[in-house]
Amino acid sequence: MPIKHPNLKLSRFSDAIPAWTGEIAAADLLEVCQQVRDGGGRLVALWGSDARQSRGVFLLHVVLVNESGLVCINVPLTEAHPHYPDISPLFPAAIRMQRASYDMLGIHPLEGADHRKWVRHGAWHSASFPLRKDFDAQASRSDEADDYALVQVAGDGVHEIAVGPVHAGIIEPGHFRFSVIGERVLRLEERLGYVHKGIEKRFESLDLQRGAKLAGRVSGDTTVAYAWAYAMAAESIARITPTERALWLRALLLERERVLNHLGDLGYLGNDVALAFGLTQFWILKEQVMRNNATLFGHRYLMDSIVPGGVTVKLDASGKQLIEQECAMLEREVTVLRGIYEEHAGVQDRFIGTGRVEPKLAAQLGLCGMAGRASAQAWDARVQFACAPYDKLDVKMATYNNGDVAARVIVRFDELFESLRLIRQILVNLIHEEAPTRVLEGLPANGFGVGMVEGWRGEVLVAIHTDAEGKLTRVHAHDPSWQNWPVLEHAIIDNIVPDFPLINKSFNLSYSGQDL
Amino acid sequence: MYPILKQIWKTGIKTEAYPQADEAMRLTTQRLQQEILDVFGGALAIRMVDAGSCNGCELEIHAVNNAYYNIEGLGIRFVASPRHADLLLVTGPVSRHMEVALKRTYDATPEPKLVVAIGECACDGGIFGESYASCGKISNVIPVDVVVSGCPPTPTAILQGILTAISAGHVAQK
Repeated sequence: MPIKHPNLKLSRFSDAIPAWTGEIAAADLLEVCQQVRDGGGRLVALWGSDARQSRGVFLLHVVLVNESGLVCINVPLTEAHPHYPDISPLFPAAIRMQRASYDMLGIHPLEGADHRKWVRHGAWHSASFPLRKDFDAQASRSDEADDYALVQVAGDGVHEIAVGPVHAGIIEPGHFRFSVIGERVLRLEERLGYVHKGIEKRFESLDLQRGAKLAGRVSGDTTVAYAWAYAMAAESIARITPTERALWLRALLLERERVLNHLGDLGYLGNDVALAFGLTQFWILKEQVMRNNATLFGHRYLMDSIVPGGVTVKLDASGKQLIEQECAMLEREVTVLRGIYEEHAGVQDRFIGTGRVEPKLAAQLGLCGMAGRASAQAWDARVQFACAPYDKLDVKMATYNNGDVAARVIVRFDELFESLRLIRQILVNLIHEEAPTRVLEGLPANGFGVGMVEGWRGEVLVAIHTDAEGKLTRVHAHDPSWQNWPVLEHAIIDNIVPDFPLINKSFNLSYSGQDL
Repeated sequence: MYPILKQIWKTGIKTEAYPQADEAMRLTTQRLQQEILDVFGGALAIRMVDAGSCNGCELEIHAVNNAYYNIEGLGIRFVASPRHADLLLVTGPVSRHMEVALKRTYDATPEPKLVVAIGECACDGGIFGESYASCGKISNVIPVDVVVSGCPPTPTAILQGILTAISAGHVAQK
């Protein structure tokens, strides 16, 4: 049992990863969180659901992780008083998640917590909550401007730089408010929520298969990880396991997604320190991988290739050969480029020491995923909670202590080479017989399942709740960007404004994935 | 320096032939005169606006800049401000929270201007549709000249869309 508490009875999910669930009263929530925190565990996700029709309550869901696995704690909250103890003193990453759960469902933490809105701007009234089943979209519509109070820094010579929501590059929208003295950044405050497009509510009107398409579009650059996490949650509820070949193919797709994104980022990181050569070179490689994706799997970014029940893609002997050639080409080229990056004094001068997040701060704030590993946070779901087929792959985790841009670059290089090694392993294990995927048509009634996959950016979690008819009644998709956005505010402190694009890109967080 | 030069020499020129304009992508008849189009065609400045996409379309717009598609080879470049732009490249759906920002960006772009909507969601709302948080397609919020569908559209299709917007075709499709 991952957590012991007299009032908590855990039952194990029928899941591809070690995961448990149990219910506890709001009064006991802090004790459980404290225990996980003391044991070195983390907060993965927090959301709420409207269970008034079936049980007459709202439910708060808190997913914690320690070395045993995932624990999903459900906390019933009465309709009259839908509140719970603030867990952000233990897990600061909870702050924005708690604020978002109020905006979306009207459940909130008690005293002490930050009660400002987060995902809501002015599109719907403050007293209406989109994820309540009785939400009336028409009546709740509002056109107010977003009256959000950003913190002002006072003092001699302090001025503000307001950036966004429409940014100067080809990037997603968000607002950044810098308080600076000269070029030095004193404080950065993020205001996100601009690309909130109602994804969670949308899930409730879709069937299982359409839902898989939507899951693949929560954050386009992480489409494989989301589709897999969604499928894993559905398969957990249905208590089925895809064929072995389908699982191998999923891992192949996930590693290819990691390769794509790391190649793209390494190019951009070169570009952000004025080495346009790096951008050109890495994007040539990325384009070649995307073209192979289109040839082999019918989509440059591998969208819609994973569905509940299995996969929709095939790979024959000639396809395997193409991937083997691609791996050899990438290994050769990236080795040359890594040498150039490492030997380039100007590049290293900009990378080293920039945007530093000390391991201690990273642990305190819950920095996760690839950026976390660059700050000594040794978590990788492929290693600790290896679902099939990762249990047969022995993934080597890349971790560094420096926590600066340079460390995040090295982690990317290491992970890229590791992914190439894994892809070759996977090809060896892909047996030739094509067992047809049995697509999962529907789900059992009153189900609850979670899936978690280590995407290229970090752990992606999808939770599915079904109603009495087995329909999707609540789907929550959690992006690692929730944890990492607040840490970016710390990483920039005392750096100069012109280094912000570089630091920002070294994290490369998702706006769409957190705004939903 | 030597390894960089060697790598550049080894890589060679990757740029491929540019695609042609495709009139099927046009939403309204060309509003601009040939003289203006000639000027645009020589040096078009694009401001890209993500009005609520999943970031898939942004990846392909990035790819348009890579060595294979080499959009800058056509004299087309992406600029940092709508005030410098001749054409807006907009991805969507338009989230309610981006509605005002998109309108303001459009207003800040000097006339004459063109708008190209990129991607399934920008064309018809896509899988996100219209809801309490989404206005759906781009043309629900600002006037659109050309639409490029696809989820996400390929870099070639995006290039075609841009070229269609600045070509002189007079056939209205819809």
